[in-house]
Amino acid sequence: MGASLATIWTLARKDLLLELRSRDIVLAIIVFALLVIAIFTFAIELTPSRSRDVGPGVLWAAVAFAGVLGLNRSFAVEAEGDTLDGLMLTPVSRELIFFGKLLGNFIFITIAEIVIFPVFEALFNISVLQVETIVIALLASIGFSAVGTAFAAVSVRVRSREIMLPLLFLPTSVPLIMAAVESTSAVVNGGSWSDFSDWLQLAIAFDVIFVIASAVLFQFVLEE
Amino acid sequence: MEPGSARDRLHILFDDARAEQKRAMAALPKIRLAWLGITAGLMALTLWMVFLWVPTEINQGNIQRSLYFHVPVAWTAMVAIALVAVASVAYLKTRDEKWDRLAVAGAETGVIFAALMLITGMVWAKPVWGVWWTGEAKLTTTLILFFIYVAYLMFRAYFPPGEQRRRLAAIIGLIGAIDTPIIYYGAQLWERAHPSAVVGRSVDGPVGLTLLVATVAFSVLFVYVAGERYRLRRQEDEVAALRRAISLQPSRSVSSTPSPGTTPESVGGAPAGGA
Repeated sequence: MGASLATIWTLARKDLLLELRSRDIVLAIIVFALLVIAIFTFAIELTPSRSRDVGPGVLWAAVAFAGVLGLNRSFAVEAEGDTLDGLMLTPVSRELIFFGKLLGNFIFITIAEIVIFPVFEALFNISVLQVETIVIALLASIGFSAVGTAFAAVSVRVRSREIMLPLLFLPTSVPLIMAAVESTSAVVNGGSWSDFSDWLQLAIAFDVIFVIASAVLFQFVLEE
Repeated sequence: MEPGSARDRLHILFDDARAEQKRAMAALPKIRLAWLGITAGLMALTLWMVFLWVPTEINQGNIQRSLYFHVPVAWTAMVAIALVAVASVAYLKTRDEKWDRLAVAGAETGVIFAALMLITGMVWAKPVWGVWWTGEAKLTTTLILFFIYVAYLMFRAYFPPGEQRRRLAAIIGLIGAIDTPIIYYGAQLWERAHPSAVVGRSVDGPVGLTLLVATVAFSVLFVYVAGERYRLRRQEDEVAALRRAISLQPSRSVSSTPSPGTTPESVGGAPAGGA
């Protein structure tokens, strides 16, 4: 168990180091998400009540759309550097490679959210920096990275993968996006945990099912 | 080898294929014809029951007859997704191409039936609820599944043919199926959080019987259409294999004749495509 965790961390650390030097992925997620949010502040005339109505939807749409950009890179980097084969030749099981990639993507999305949320709060004038929303954001990031890692690996070798990944990722993630939007909505409208416990359960179920299913299916993705 | 002989060889191969196909058709037509006959008969019966036999609903009027198409196509779309899931698992286990063909047949037919479900639902919702679209859970679920399986088909169209495409497509088909109950649960929660007008539907007596007959008719139609698609798929694979055989010949001047309406595997015989 400890050895597995060490392997997962080594794999994730590789991606983090690469990212620390290039700053491609996290920066792309942040800038794109902020751009989406900024465009919505022009597209919708924001009154306080309207901000609370549409704000959570805008926030999570922005995170989901921007997240796809980052997820796309996670395997594209490997394919472009011809390191995918090297990764597959490493004497570790495919599940551990999956969890390593998942952890890397999770960290990228979470770091991006740490920047996105305060800016969103400022632009939309609604308070999303609360314990409830942080828990929701973590659950959403786990689900996004589980589904995203699996689909990024599936679509890495397809021509026009930049188009393919969002087409696969976004509809599959709809339940999670629904859960995140509805929970955030409840929070900004002054609700407590019990007001969105159903949605939290949905998000947790989504995360558990897709972390397991993606890990199991991942061995069929990387198979040569 | 000069171009002429390659062309001759192509013709011979296609003639062989055509003869083979004729033999196959001669061996099977009774079942197919019988099935087609049953489908046509059941469809005619359904139309008669829906438009002439079953009484008009008092509150909604004639538009309520949408029900007899809406529910059966929704049911067949769900059967199609189940078919894709089962065929995908079977493919990953056995690596037999026939399961892949079955998954394609299921996905293509399923997307069509899902689109029909959405259209009949919207046409019905507009006069009854006053809006084309509501957050109704089954409509939402079908819409999302429609997008997932359209993406599945697009993936297949983008990806070079071969073992890898079959394997990755099976994974996508399976993830879509795993997602289905989660989407439905989410859509139900969504519907509860955003309530809209709900119309009570009593399905008993003539209404229930008509619905039953229509559901059977559409199920039979689904099996027929998916079966034909499966056969067509097999022939496409055979043609692709023949093209590949031709393009491996030293002279390949005739091998790049793309035929419209087919998947990319028949376009430009790239022999190493499936690597």
